[in-house]
Amino acid sequence: MENQLLGKVHSFQSLGAVDGPGIRFVVFMQGCPYRCPYCHNPDTRPFSGGEEYTVEEIVKKAVRFKSYFGEKGGVTVSGGEPLAQAEFVAALFEELHKAGINTALDTAGYPVNEAVKKVLEHTDTVLCDIKFPTDEQYKNYIGTSLDTVLNFIDECNKYDISIIIRHVVVPGMTDSVENIKQIAALAKRAKSLQKIELLPFKKLCVQKYDELGIDFPLKNTPECDTKTIDKLKNLL
Amino acid sequence: MFEQWNGFKAGKWQDEINVRDFIQLNYTPYEGDESFLAGPTDRTKKVYEKFDALLKEEQAKGGVLDVDTVTVSSLTAYIPGYLDKENEIIVGLQTDKPLRRGVNPFGGMNMVRKACKAYGYELSEVVEEEFRYRTTHNDGVFRVYNDEIRAARHTGIITGLPDAYGRGRIIGDYRRVALYGVDKLIEEKLRDKAAIAANDVLAEDIRRLEELFQQINFLGKLKEMAAMYDCDISVPAKDSREAVQWLYFGYLGAIKEQNGAAMSLGRTSTFLDIYFERDLKNGTYTEEQIQEIMDDFVMKLRMARHLRTPEYNELFAGDPMWITEAIGGMGEDGRTLVTKNSFRVLHTLYNLNPSAEPNMTVLWSTQLPHAFKRFCAKVSCDTDSIQYENDDVMRPVYGDDYAIACCVSAMRVGKDMQFFGARANLVKLLLMALNGGKDEKSGMQVAPAGKKFEGEYLDYDTVLDLMNEYRPWLAKTYVKAMNMIHYMHDKYAYEKVQMALHDTDVHRYMAFGAAGLSVLADSLSAIKYAKVKVIRDENGLITDFETTGDFPKYGNDDDRADMIAKEQIELFFNELKKVPTYRDAEHTLSILTITSNVVYGKKTGNTPDGRRAGEPFAPGANPMHGRDASGALASLNSVAKLSYDCCKDGISNTFCVIPQALGADNETRYENLSGIIDGYFSQNAQHININVFDREMLIDASEHPEKYPNLTIRVSGYAVNFHKLSKEQQREVIARTFHGNM
Repeated sequence: MENQLLGKVHSFQSLGAVDGPGIRFVVFMQGCPYRCPYCHNPDTRPFSGGEEYTVEEIVKKAVRFKSYFGEKGGVTVSGGEPLAQAEFVAALFEELHKAGINTALDTAGYPVNEAVKKVLEHTDTVLCDIKFPTDEQYKNYIGTSLDTVLNFIDECNKYDISIIIRHVVVPGMTDSVENIKQIAALAKRAKSLQKIELLPFKKLCVQKYDELGIDFPLKNTPECDTKTIDKLKNLL
Repeated sequence: MFEQWNGFKAGKWQDEINVRDFIQLNYTPYEGDESFLAGPTDRTKKVYEKFDALLKEEQAKGGVLDVDTVTVSSLTAYIPGYLDKENEIIVGLQTDKPLRRGVNPFGGMNMVRKACKAYGYELSEVVEEEFRYRTTHNDGVFRVYNDEIRAARHTGIITGLPDAYGRGRIIGDYRRVALYGVDKLIEEKLRDKAAIAANDVLAEDIRRLEELFQQINFLGKLKEMAAMYDCDISVPAKDSREAVQWLYFGYLGAIKEQNGAAMSLGRTSTFLDIYFERDLKNGTYTEEQIQEIMDDFVMKLRMARHLRTPEYNELFAGDPMWITEAIGGMGEDGRTLVTKNSFRVLHTLYNLNPSAEPNMTVLWSTQLPHAFKRFCAKVSCDTDSIQYENDDVMRPVYGDDYAIACCVSAMRVGKDMQFFGARANLVKLLLMALNGGKDEKSGMQVAPAGKKFEGEYLDYDTVLDLMNEYRPWLAKTYVKAMNMIHYMHDKYAYEKVQMALHDTDVHRYMAFGAAGLSVLADSLSAIKYAKVKVIRDENGLITDFETTGDFPKYGNDDDRADMIAKEQIELFFNELKKVPTYRDAEHTLSILTITSNVVYGKKTGNTPDGRRAGEPFAPGANPMHGRDASGALASLNSVAKLSYDCCKDGISNTFCVIPQALGADNETRYENLSGIIDGYFSQNAQHININVFDREMLIDASEHPEKYPNLTIRVSGYAVNFHKLSKEQQREVIARTFHGNM
């Protein structure tokens, strides 16, 4: 096999229905350079953990679920930050396309390099977070710049990829009308914008933080309720 | 030709009893959506309120509202009963009063006595006296059982043998009553009887002659029963209301006569649609009136009751009747069998609240019209009251006019019947094989003493050899018990009405069952891939295991474990097939436990997979709770590997998923749920029960039943009102794997 590349995988979910169109097999990659305060999967952050898989092994797993995918479904690679392992994801997506499987990438946005371009060549849908509307907030909270994200979206446009913009609504942090309007404005940058998904901040991850022995920065922040989400959705 | 047939397309159905031909020539496939449906009328609401009040009263009284302990249930034994005489559209009750249960001792007196006692009644001396001089099915069976069968039954390696009550699982073709009227059916049976009498007439012919006599006799009683409700069913039904009423009388006769364990309705909704379409076209009925008829019909079905003992409820919880209605499917000519009435029958779950009965069973094909698939998925999300069975695997075997007996067991309507009974506990077979034929719990010698496991660490090949040693004994004991049971049931509790609504030359299945598949597969996988040390008690009996290391588990789409499950089922089925059956019935096997997985677990000792003695098994063919850790679809893929060819009596899988895991909004959820069923069934899986709710809600419902009076959930092969489960069964349901990705 030419692809003896190894990818570090945190886990798999065979029934993904909220990470891209249709029913999806979700691959959670291990490792993320960002430190979002509301991170839901802190266990996927370190690059040191995870289990190594070849492209072939993951394709073999995914093919087992092909009968459920229908016309829209397929494989979503999430994380962690999948583009931190762009070379591997590119090879994986290429093979998935050969197997007739739709591909989606769930990312927080990433500096565009050759490997990232190769990923996008074989990507059908991108789910991209816009976490904050300003560069300042990005630098303070995440550890990257808004420009990185916007450049990434521009790059997706070149490949005509349909984009879903996602934004986590955190009470007191990102739930203002103004904030949502700004996010919506930024989202327009995507040429094939499918939709904007507002995701309510939840604290189901508290236990994970405890187990990992790291402090959850938003432990005193209340969860976001559906009412708020419904109200904000009307702004989009 | 009957004038009631005016407007129907003529065909060979007019010259012979051939309901399928009538359907094929006359039905109207429907590919549209549910927007035509009508809500409940004021009349329906009023009658339903009355019914609902009775249901509450019944529950308050501990599950049984009233028992007539004096009258032996039969077709004409009771004066006509009504729920609301002025307002009912479809009439007929099992006894003289709604929800009042009759006694039916033909299956066995003990069951009746115990059931009466359990609910504070005493079986009347009149009935006791009458049955002092009668032989029941139960008497007959115990006259012939040998010690081995008794021991197998006692230890629970075979459980649920229908030797004390009606065997059930027979589906009369109730449509025949509506289409032909009873006189025509009698005429046909008389002709068959004359033809048999012209043979040499040996034992089997004589038996058939007597059976035909009984069938004809009871068709007469069926007419009498209907006449008590001022209906003349000697002639065919002339319109929509009569078609439903006539059909229901057929069913009512059957449940008055028999207290069988599962009394399916069949495949009636598309048949009825033909009458409805004719009347809608003529302008004699409106959509609202048609729905009203269906609502009233379904309400009657929901009133059906049998008197059971608490022990029976422990096996089959929630007072089920398995009034299974098979809905939809595809025709052999490629047209869908979905009609508007397929929608209407499901719509009763909204007009009358969700309910466990009738047991709504959608015959699913990937080819079903999209709008119907979406509607079914919506009903599942809203009510958790539907099960799905794969029409694409059953149609090639049974054609396009089959129905489902009980939960998962397909039969051609009016052409096949089955001798059903019990389940073999395959986990106990493993433990018994290790212990040289002794029961691991009591130490009792059950199978003849033979080889046993002598070493300290179990090795896979030796264990398989030991199982091969004892499996033939189990199969033979099981088949023998079944032969005795069904011989005696035919002799002393023959289903006269139901068999009258079959062809005289009927094909017979003998339907066996297996329980504990996932525990067996995981135990064998532990033996193969981990290290399992045996622990013996002071008598040298292996009663526990020490398992070190990890091992693959059934339910993760991992062939190492899944193929063990597949192989073990095939080995057992092949062994059953070697033993001849009563009346040359065709052997079939199901992997279905209903709620008896709890009792099976109770009767089974510690197992090598780490399950502790007494803990419940997983239901049906389900992977063990919590061990299917690779997500919902991996779990489904594992079950789909089991071969329908050797489990033609059905492979039950119960699937619980939280709403959020199906998608963010309702439309996405419907679409994805439908996609999951398509994906599962396109791998030739046979059955899936779908529950869409979260564990927190069940816990809340368990603690605050008053908040969820109509909470219906799907268990292995049927639906049940959650509150009718024992606390123990509720706990087991709550412990099941809920697929979600929060």
